[in-house]
Amino acid sequence: MHEMAICENIRTLIEEQARTQHFSRVDRVCLEIGALSGVEVEALRFGFDVVMRGSVAADARLEIVETAGTAWCLPCAVTVSIGRRYDPCPRCGSHQVQVTGGEEMKIRELEVT
Amino acid sequence: MSQARLIQLEADILGKNNGYAAANRARFAKAGILALNLVSSPGSGKTTLLCRTLALLAGEFPCAVIEGDQQTSADADRIRATGAPAIQINTGKGCHLDGHMVGHAVDHLNPPDASVLFIENVGNLVCPAAFDLGEAHKVAILSVTEGEDKPLKYPDMFAAADLVLINKTDLLPHLDFDVDLAMANARKVNHRVRLLQVSARTGEGMAAWLDWIRGARLMALSGRPSQAAE
Repeated sequence: MHEMAICENIRTLIEEQARTQHFSRVDRVCLEIGALSGVEVEALRFGFDVVMRGSVAADARLEIVETAGTAWCLPCAVTVSIGRRYDPCPRCGSHQVQVTGGEEMKIRELEVT
Repeated sequence: MSQARLIQLEADILGKNNGYAAANRARFAKAGILALNLVSSPGSGKTTLLCRTLALLAGEFPCAVIEGDQQTSADADRIRATGAPAIQINTGKGCHLDGHMVGHAVDHLNPPDASVLFIENVGNLVCPAAFDLGEAHKVAILSVTEGEDKPLKYPDMFAAADLVLINKTDLLPHLDFDVDLAMANARKVNHRVRLLQVSARTGEGMAAWLDWIRGARLMALSGRPSQAAE
């Protein structure tokens, strides 16, 4: 359900762009989705096809760039990579980590005609 | 003749919602309104907790409520019975409130300056985490009839919350729920989170929750530009 709502936001953004940048067809949509964004990429792909029906992006190819999760470990005072929100620091095992990257949910670019 | 071209967008997918949320936040700041976004699973006792909270705060400062549910106005009716003004948002098929809906609800509800606005989100621990409403804090409610592992299963929500209320503690003698484990799990996803144990039914622990609201309200008031100018 969450992914459907995100797809609806993507469709709105694309339709706005179609009006302002004057294009009638989107051939490729490139998204950036962070590992910690809470988005299930497979569900997003499914939702994308359903939600884009009847829009300028109905036949668009969906490309998803997944970015890794990073966090600042307070005890170590270094940036570490984490796969999930509840992962401890891989160096010291502490949960005193602050997420610094991997929460992105962006449309990077559109290939249009 | 149209030609294929590339548009570099770098646009935040939820940018539109974030814009509405920012407008709500600016409006709350100007009026010295403390807005709290209450999030939980269905059945955590959110509405009962809210009714109890409103009854205890009655006469201290004005409170108003925005109720989010997919269907029915039953919850807003329960809230109005406490004397607090309430407005119901039915999201229909939607699984969360968004900044735009809340902006409209605030227009209709028109909460007074220096009030506390409780926004009871749709019972759902997934989607409301991603949609900023312009609130000062998200407050997550976890009842002891749920599992201790909820914070790990729904980490985005618990990471976004500033306060977690562990509710229905009056039931603890009848359950195997391990409060310490639930709190440790919440801290795993959010090491800065505040945790309070409450029972909306017996009133146990409610004093600490009310004190937290009072403190947050003072912060909202001190950030009020009109006061600084006076």
